[in-house]
Amino acid sequence: MSELIDIASRVAGWADEGEQVEAFVVHEHETEIRAYEGEVESLTSAESQGIGVRVVAAGRQGYAYAGTLEDSALRETLDEARDNAAFAQADEFNGVAEPDGVATADLDLFDPAMVSFSTDDKVALAIELERATRAADPRISGIESAEYVDTLFESAVATSTGIASSTRETGCYLSAYALAEGDDETQTGFGFSLGRGPGALDPTEAASDAAERATRLLGATKPATSRLTVVLDPWVTAQMLGIIGHTLTGDAVQRGRSLFAERLGEQVTVADLTLVDDATDPAAFTASMVDGEGLATRRTALIEDGTLTGFLHNSYSARRGATTSTGSAVRPGFKGAPGVGAQALSLRPGSSTQAELIAGIDDGLLVQEVSGLHSGVNPVSGDFSTGAEGLLIRGGELAEPVREITIASTIQRLLLDIVGIGSDLQWLPMSAAGVSLVVTDVTMSGA
Amino acid sequence: MIDRDLINRTLGAALRTGGEFAEVFVEDKRSSSAVLDDGRVEELTSGRNRGAGIRVVVGDTTGFAHTADLSAAGLAGAAEAAAAAARGGGGGVREVSVDRVDGSRPMPVRIPPEDVAKATKVDLLTMADAAARGEGSAISQVTARYGDSRRRILVANSDGLLAEDDQVRTMFSVSCVATGDTGLQTGRESTGRTIGFELFDEADVEDMARRAAGRALTKLGARPAPSGAMPVVVGPGGGGVLFHEACGHGLEADLVAKSASVFAGRVGEQVATALVTLIDDGTMAGEWGHFAIDDEGRPAGHNVLIRDGILTDYMWDHLRARKEGRRSSGNGRRQSYQHLPMVRMTNTFISNGSDDPADIVAGTERGVYVAQLGGGQVNTATGDFVFGMTEAYLIEHGEITEPIREGNLIGNGPDVLTRIDAVGNDFAMGSPGTCGKDGQGVPVGDGTPTLRVTSLTVGGTAA
Repeated sequence: MSELIDIASRVAGWADEGEQVEAFVVHEHETEIRAYEGEVESLTSAESQGIGVRVVAAGRQGYAYAGTLEDSALRETLDEARDNAAFAQADEFNGVAEPDGVATADLDLFDPAMVSFSTDDKVALAIELERATRAADPRISGIESAEYVDTLFESAVATSTGIASSTRETGCYLSAYALAEGDDETQTGFGFSLGRGPGALDPTEAASDAAERATRLLGATKPATSRLTVVLDPWVTAQMLGIIGHTLTGDAVQRGRSLFAERLGEQVTVADLTLVDDATDPAAFTASMVDGEGLATRRTALIEDGTLTGFLHNSYSARRGATTSTGSAVRPGFKGAPGVGAQALSLRPGSSTQAELIAGIDDGLLVQEVSGLHSGVNPVSGDFSTGAEGLLIRGGELAEPVREITIASTIQRLLLDIVGIGSDLQWLPMSAAGVSLVVTDVTMSGA
Repeated sequence: MIDRDLINRTLGAALRTGGEFAEVFVEDKRSSSAVLDDGRVEELTSGRNRGAGIRVVVGDTTGFAHTADLSAAGLAGAAEAAAAAARGGGGGVREVSVDRVDGSRPMPVRIPPEDVAKATKVDLLTMADAAARGEGSAISQVTARYGDSRRRILVANSDGLLAEDDQVRTMFSVSCVATGDTGLQTGRESTGRTIGFELFDEADVEDMARRAAGRALTKLGARPAPSGAMPVVVGPGGGGVLFHEACGHGLEADLVAKSASVFAGRVGEQVATALVTLIDDGTMAGEWGHFAIDDEGRPAGHNVLIRDGILTDYMWDHLRARKEGRRSSGNGRRQSYQHLPMVRMTNTFISNGSDDPADIVAGTERGVYVAQLGGGQVNTATGDFVFGMTEAYLIEHGEITEPIREGNLIGNGPDVLTRIDAVGNDFAMGSPGTCGKDGQGVPVGDGTPTLRVTSLTVGGTAA
């Protein structure tokens, strides 16, 4: 849709003298199909579009949006952003991005097969996923949800400073939540399969993962409180990385909200650990050629061999920190101005499989799932406490399942207590990849 | 918002492939917000989102499509897409004629936020910033947010229903960071009501800022939270989150129907101690989860879910109620016109008991007192739930003593309900919340008096 960049450029071109204008335009088509008991439970066909306009004048910033691309709305939105800017306070570092000469990576993020994939085929996949999940194990008693989701996403950013970039991406996934029944108990587990196009989807894999995760928790009990070594499943590690990513933004550092401020160049974790954010990695589900301000995405090393080496920046935090943008502007859709954030975090994988890591642990816990990360982890203080379920590890082997426990530490401690990094790097439907991670001296609260 | 003729034609088009039920949901939402951070009014944002979602039901299948184009052509296109998704019925033409439902009354908004000058809204932010920073030099960062929204909705369906609502919400929050020898700590305070700018006649933003700052400062001296199972006393207001997670979600009929709730099949049973009466009430004027009609056009309800410990009913939306041959309880809600409605809570609360809150603390030898809760999460199928404590203290020998650091508590819903052994007489509503389910967020309220759970697992690091 070449019109998106035309619309964005037109609005950016309306900038008055002494004023900067940025227009962000999106158009998205999403299909979501839920299957239940062999039938389509719901089929949603959703097309949405919108524009967000940022105006910076005399150092003051204003923002406005509209969920339509009708001609009359474009002018109105710009006027409203202008008016909003008049009530904000000036900041010398405010401004839209400027072209920085960094070439965008050449990524193929658009699978044409996604466009031609018929609704009937999508329905068939959703129904097959539900059937396969129910059939995966005799103890599967029901399905909480089994769904197929795809998106065709197009966006464009244009600024009065000369940025004009656009992107077109496809993505799809299958996800299943299975219920397993034992004696007077139910356990749940999820599984998924994802890719840029339908060819990557494997309902059998999603179904068997969901069934295995649910059934292996059957009989779970609440263990006694203790301190032990935990193995975080890749799914859990990826969620942890997402939280750590928040603390490694220039924005958090400059505003005194990062526990890593003032620590650049210091050893913050074990020497085996290297953490990068790289949206140019085509394997990442969240890969992207341009960031939320229209600059090329790039690879940024945040921690190298245990040493804190960098922070993520958008154009504002870069100006304020007298550095350059790392192409890390992220947007909350078209309804808000760009902030700073990680887009595709990953740890450098180690050489051991999860089974090998477990084999080296006498007394531990494999954490399969966590809950309440938003309420129990404070990325400012570093306090970390989350609900968990998983399997105990005894004598190097997986033992009985446990539930209704929490694991707690601080982000600072946790990074220093890492004793193993798995080889099982896996990109997940979030802005991070997971690997199995072994951490010692974690408090497990139970009975 | 759109004329009746067009509604009838759209519903007719939606039923063309043989749908049994069709619905048009039109929404026009305007929002504005302003943020102060780092000592500056950073940005004002305003926007408008308008469109219609069309739903067609055939048997157990729902087709749904939405459009931002409210013209006859735009609505016809969406109706066709929704109908195609739910094809398989008998087909043919059906005439639809909608009638206005009585009882969808306009909400009393004394000062529409859209009539208030932006400069006045911005002033609230700078007042809060100054008040928070006035609490001491250890307050190193302050964020203040103001937000308002006006959401006009129209719902019409093939049963002949036509209803409208005009929902105005206003909110304010302050978050502070305190810096000390022990690192950084945070404190937050927020208010939100389904009313206009008159919110600030009752809410003093400077007081709120001082309370938020006080929380952050207190936590600088906080000890690590204990770990393990122990008695937990939850202060007035905050405990609503506990019930929202411990049993609220599990009483949503869509989850019950899939046996994805530990409360399935338990109506009529004693599920909690006799001290517990749990109510979900969308009619509570002014509360954050209040509305005149839900997003399926049903009037908000006052629904008793647990009475004196006995499970009396679940919460229902149109689809689930229709299947059971009963009426919706007014709990069909959606985030926007781009989403399908489902069963959601409104304002969920535990009604007053008779205990003196001071006696509840005094009667607790050792445990944790939670003054402010954060969010929470539940697995409705297992009943296991967590919730965060953002301001909490140790109880030692019947007295509230030292502050403890943040963390989660974990429990199992059906189990926790049977362990509530004291309910105070000091009922209060808690902070405004956004409840997430299947990726959709809706505003909800909650409340409780002081209460005690004889055993919950506290997820700290100390012995």
